[in-house]
Amino acid sequence: MEQPVNDRKPPTTLRHPSARMADMPSPNDLAIDAHGLVKHFGDTKALDGVDLQVPRGAIYGLLGPNGAGKTTTVRVLTTLLRPDAGVALVDGIDAVTDPDGVRRRIGLTGQYAAVEERLTARENMSYIGRLFHMPKRDAVARGDELLERFDLSDAADRVVKGFSGGMRRRLDIAMSLIARPSVLFLDEPTTGLDPRSRLAMWELIEELEADGTTVLLTTQYLDEADRLAQRIVVIDHGHVIANGTADELKDRIGGDRLRVSIAKVENRETALATLRPLCTAEVDVSGDGRTFIAPIRAGDRVVPGVIRALDDAGVDVLDVEVHRPTLDDVFLTLTGRTTSDEHEEVPV
Amino acid sequence: MSRVGLAVHDSWVEAERHLRIIPRNIELLIFATIQPIMFIVLFVYVFGGAIQAPGYSNYDQFLIPGIFAQSVVFGSAFTGVGIAEDLSKGLVDRLRSLPMARSAVLVGRTISDLLRNVLTFFVMLVIAFWPIGFRFEGTLFEAFLATVLLLMFSYSLSWVQALMGLSVGSVEAANSAGFIWMFPLTFVSSAFVPPETMPDWLEPIANANPFTIVTNAARALYNGLPVGNDVLYSVMWSVGITVVFATLAIRKFNTSTVA
Repeated sequence: MEQPVNDRKPPTTLRHPSARMADMPSPNDLAIDAHGLVKHFGDTKALDGVDLQVPRGAIYGLLGPNGAGKTTTVRVLTTLLRPDAGVALVDGIDAVTDPDGVRRRIGLTGQYAAVEERLTARENMSYIGRLFHMPKRDAVARGDELLERFDLSDAADRVVKGFSGGMRRRLDIAMSLIARPSVLFLDEPTTGLDPRSRLAMWELIEELEADGTTVLLTTQYLDEADRLAQRIVVIDHGHVIANGTADELKDRIGGDRLRVSIAKVENRETALATLRPLCTAEVDVSGDGRTFIAPIRAGDRVVPGVIRALDDAGVDVLDVEVHRPTLDDVFLTLTGRTTSDEHEEVPV
Repeated sequence: MSRVGLAVHDSWVEAERHLRIIPRNIELLIFATIQPIMFIVLFVYVFGGAIQAPGYSNYDQFLIPGIFAQSVVFGSAFTGVGIAEDLSKGLVDRLRSLPMARSAVLVGRTISDLLRNVLTFFVMLVIAFWPIGFRFEGTLFEAFLATVLLLMFSYSLSWVQALMGLSVGSVEAANSAGFIWMFPLTFVSSAFVPPETMPDWLEPIANANPFTIVTNAARALYNGLPVGNDVLYSVMWSVGITVVFATLAIRKFNTSTVA
């Protein structure tokens, strides 16, 4: 691609609070810099002081359940909504005072493929290019280049109406990229896609990273954020409740999870007494009294020790496993509910 | 490019989006053309013998300008439906995030509908000349002026339709809402019968109807008859409706957000 590839380092894992300050990007390095965004819809407070800083060239995930404020945040940053309070700078431009300036620098792909389905893929590309005021010839050339890259060349002259969901979504993102935006907003880019299209979309988004395009991605899917985003911003009830790499967020709930099953319920107390000193927090005993779950320090290679200790105590071990917490565990810990808990989705 | 230059450019890009698909949607084009042809044929052959139109060489010369007027006005209903359809999809949301003139979405739509109306008009004109036997009895310039007046009026109603398309919630609603008021507007008028033949309470309504004024002006011009102030009033009505409803529609488009 023509754009220079930023010599961008993946955000360093923050081990110490002072390291965090040193790594804070200066305002000029920020593609998105939002402070205290507030937006009301009637009595509903959709955004309640959102702060969001995204360095240039990074892919950030905005994660939260339905109604948490993800889409509202994106709509404010893309000038579709005017915030009631707060400042939103995109590529250094104020979204409120210079919306056209922001619009020239961004690409937006919403939750529904925003394509003109009566036109062909190629016509869609040049149509949007011309609305960015690119010369017609440039719009056509850039359009063809993107169609090629997004594997749509064969379908370029077909009317979009007959496209599959995955093809539409690819075309949609290609259209967002036509004017080489410095910031790309992807609002739930894989919602409603079948697993195969979803995987293809992920690969495509990962390729954007190589171009140096800044991407802000909203999603309800934890695996999506986990895979694509360098940092994840968790939003709930209209404000940011956590911000970090996937690993940092997982560490927040206390490292890895140890799960031990024993054969005989009589050994329960012995097993508990043996496990306690090996774990970092309280050991949970499951209903049948033979399964124990507890957090352990990440990467401690605790399994051999656990087996040996239980063996020495005369406890008959059936199974021992260690797993990293998923972002679902994280979300549950942070918000007290899972991402799919739709009943509580209305922000208060 | 200046701000106005960009707005013109963007409007044309938008108009082109709609015009491009006309040749691809042959069925729509055929049905859009059949309706006015059917109206001409039905009215001329069904009512033609029964209705007298004093002052005209025959009823056809009276009736056909009325049908022209009605057909181009009906053509404006496409605007509301098209806008409602656009809004129901994600595309408009994308357009709002582009550095384009926002008015272009509506201006482009009304312009493309106007051009489509010109096309329909010419098809009707051909049918009216042959086999019906309609003639311009005034000068060619008068006939041209008559046509411009009709299209201007239809364009102004496109903006009324645009506002309705932005206000109703669905394409279906836009379709019904767009057509329903067209019937009283075009029938309680001088388009098909002289208002003097209507009941006393209806006649003044028909005479005050702007559609009557535009129809009268066009009819006089096509027939080479004295037109009086109707040309001026027609232009005033068309410009007035356009200014008021374009302002309202563009304002509504700019402030409304799709949920």
